[in-house]
Amino acid sequence: MYDARHTEAQVDQTETKISAKGVQVYYGDTHAIKDVDVEIADKTVTAFIGPSGCGKSTFLRCLNRMNDTIDICRVQGDILIDGEDIYDRRVDPVQLRAKVGMVFQKPNPFPKSIYDNIAYGPRIHGLAKNKADLDVIVEKSLRRGAIWNEVKDRLHAPGTGLSGGQQQRLCIARAIATEPEVLLMDEPCSALDPIATAQVEELIDELRLDYSVVIVTHSMQQAARVSQKTAFFHLGNLVEFDDTTKIFTNPEDPRTESYITGRIG
Amino acid sequence: MSLIWLLGLVLAIAAVGYALGRTRALSSTNGDIRKLHSLPSYYGANVALKSAIPALLVLVVWLVAQPLIVSGVVSSDIPDSAIPEGSSRGLVMSEVKRVAAGLDGAVAAGTMSASYAASAQADMDDVTKRMRDAQQITPEALTPEILTAGQRFRAMVAQGKWAMTAVVLALAVAGAFWGLRESHAEFRARNTVERVTKVLLIAAASLAILTTVGIVLSLVFNTYEFFTMYPPLEFFFGTTWAPSFSGRGGSSELGIVPLLWGTFYISIVALAVAVPIGLFSAIYLSEYAGPKVRAIAKPLLEVLAGIPTIVYGLFALLTVGPLLVSIFGKDGFGWMQSGTAVMTAGIVMGIMLIPFVSSLSDDIINAVPQSLRDGSYGLGATKSETIKQVVLPAALPGIVGAILLAASRAIGETMIVVLGAGAAARLSLNPFEAMTTVTAKIVSQLTGDTDFSSPEMLVAFALGMTLFVVTLGLNIFALYIVRKYREQYE
Repeated sequence: MYDARHTEAQVDQTETKISAKGVQVYYGDTHAIKDVDVEIADKTVTAFIGPSGCGKSTFLRCLNRMNDTIDICRVQGDILIDGEDIYDRRVDPVQLRAKVGMVFQKPNPFPKSIYDNIAYGPRIHGLAKNKADLDVIVEKSLRRGAIWNEVKDRLHAPGTGLSGGQQQRLCIARAIATEPEVLLMDEPCSALDPIATAQVEELIDELRLDYSVVIVTHSMQQAARVSQKTAFFHLGNLVEFDDTTKIFTNPEDPRTESYITGRIG
Repeated sequence: MSLIWLLGLVLAIAAVGYALGRTRALSSTNGDIRKLHSLPSYYGANVALKSAIPALLVLVVWLVAQPLIVSGVVSSDIPDSAIPEGSSRGLVMSEVKRVAAGLDGAVAAGTMSASYAASAQADMDDVTKRMRDAQQITPEALTPEILTAGQRFRAMVAQGKWAMTAVVLALAVAGAFWGLRESHAEFRARNTVERVTKVLLIAAASLAILTTVGIVLSLVFNTYEFFTMYPPLEFFFGTTWAPSFSGRGGSSELGIVPLLWGTFYISIVALAVAVPIGLFSAIYLSEYAGPKVRAIAKPLLEVLAGIPTIVYGLFALLTVGPLLVSIFGKDGFGWMQSGTAVMTAGIVMGIMLIPFVSSLSDDIINAVPQSLRDGSYGLGATKSETIKQVVLPAALPGIVGAILLAASRAIGETMIVVLGAGAAARLSLNPFEAMTTVTAKIVSQLTGDTDFSSPEMLVAFALGMTLFVVTLGLNIFALYIVRKYREQYE
């Protein structure tokens, strides 16, 4: 088993960051995720695609235990990050989420200033020793979020006053300010116009150099543009998981082919 | 004919009109509903409304106007010579009304015939005796002038009643005919009924507003009258509250400062109790409590809001006061003389306000979008960090609004103060001393023998006006903040 994984990793020339085995998720009596196995590589963009309600967002939220905040949700199976079971009792979900950042579908800046939005994570995790340190982190994050030039003159204006696309980039900058190792993005562009979408996609491509990025998207073009690996979910099952080029040009499963050609979903 | 009968008759005419209008509209198209502009019931309603509304409107106006007109006419007919020394026309008029009521009662009891009551002139003692036999209140000395005026009063009231009955019934019938004439296929009965509905709703709304305006105006005029007798500067800046009831005016000192101080001091103590407890319970209920706990705890907390304030007052007087005395009184710290104190009233008032603060804050905290909490959890924040740094700042304007609403309730509270804080108007910083508030003093100024021409009475209106302005200001400020908060999301 170990050998098989090792070989695969060597083939990809990258290490496995997240490894999920036999993951089952239930919402009350509903069986939302059925026996999903997936290996997500480091420094790679992995896209989850599939029709609405297929469980891709649910699975994404399992990766940083955001589902813990939903009372009726139960997760079974193993999810390992860097070989460590994140559902182990000794793991603190709060620490886990500092390591696995998340960007949501709708931009959700806090009703604070732009500066305080970015500084929120570093402050609660004590990443900055003093004000100057924090200033550096804020500027670096905003630059990496590709929004520095637009907001550098109004860092103390409220974050809610920005446009939708700017808000989403602010939220991405906020997520990377805590220096996570994995960045989860749940349809980050669904509320954005094409120009803002292009900016965010460019950003995702740059983030790949340092992070393992997992992105849920409804746009097949987006998945094809930004990801190296693609997973296709259907009715709670992981139907196919392979290189993005392979999925979009030569899928093995007939359901995948139907979906990417627009016949189901 | 009594009023109830008249009312019933008008409604009966309207009901008959409804049935007739319906039938007439239907028969105008030979029973084919689809050729009518509106459903048949609308034609009926049109007739009913047209017969009932004008008639009832005239009835109400008549009922208000008739006594005014009749007493005006009768009182102007009383000769000046009939008004005794030291009395006034108004006092004589109330005698006249009493005589008229006495005659009515005597006729009803059978000690007097109707014609005797209407025309008896000669023997005052006989008239008085007959009225007394019928258990009526009689003036000490019945004069011929008063008797004549009383008889005139009776006659006019009786005439007015007949005229009113005739006019109202005629209007109802005329309205019904007007409506019936319109009941044919082309008439847009639905639109008419719709418009009348709208007017009725507007009337209800404006009645509420007009009442408020009336209350404010009565406050304003009486306050103005007070200030013509008592210097405003001394009222607003005087630091002594010492009304005298024996010698009218002059010797009273009516400074509002000690009362306002008592009001604010007690309110601050109340808020100091209610805000932390209410806010924390709201946070627990909305963020931590499971659905089961919430389903039980929230209604239980809101039961507090249903307890009448007089019961809180008893609680202050019998439980909290003695308890505080046993701790801070002679046997303890020695700060407190008796159970009635700012602390007693403030604590109990705070308990009363807890459900206010918690219920409103709970709603406001629940209105903070889940996406903000998710965003914070997603960055690795704990629950309390999220609440402290994201949820509460986002909800703060709304919470401030809730606190201000609670504050304006605290300022207007009376019963708890009367029973818990005593009646001594005092300027002091010691919260264990008895003090009193504006509202409690309004009550004590207006209870007992009321003569609305002395400054000691009229000061109540000035106090009420001041309080009204303060609470109105607080409410407007609270609404402004709550509204600003609403614009924050989306």
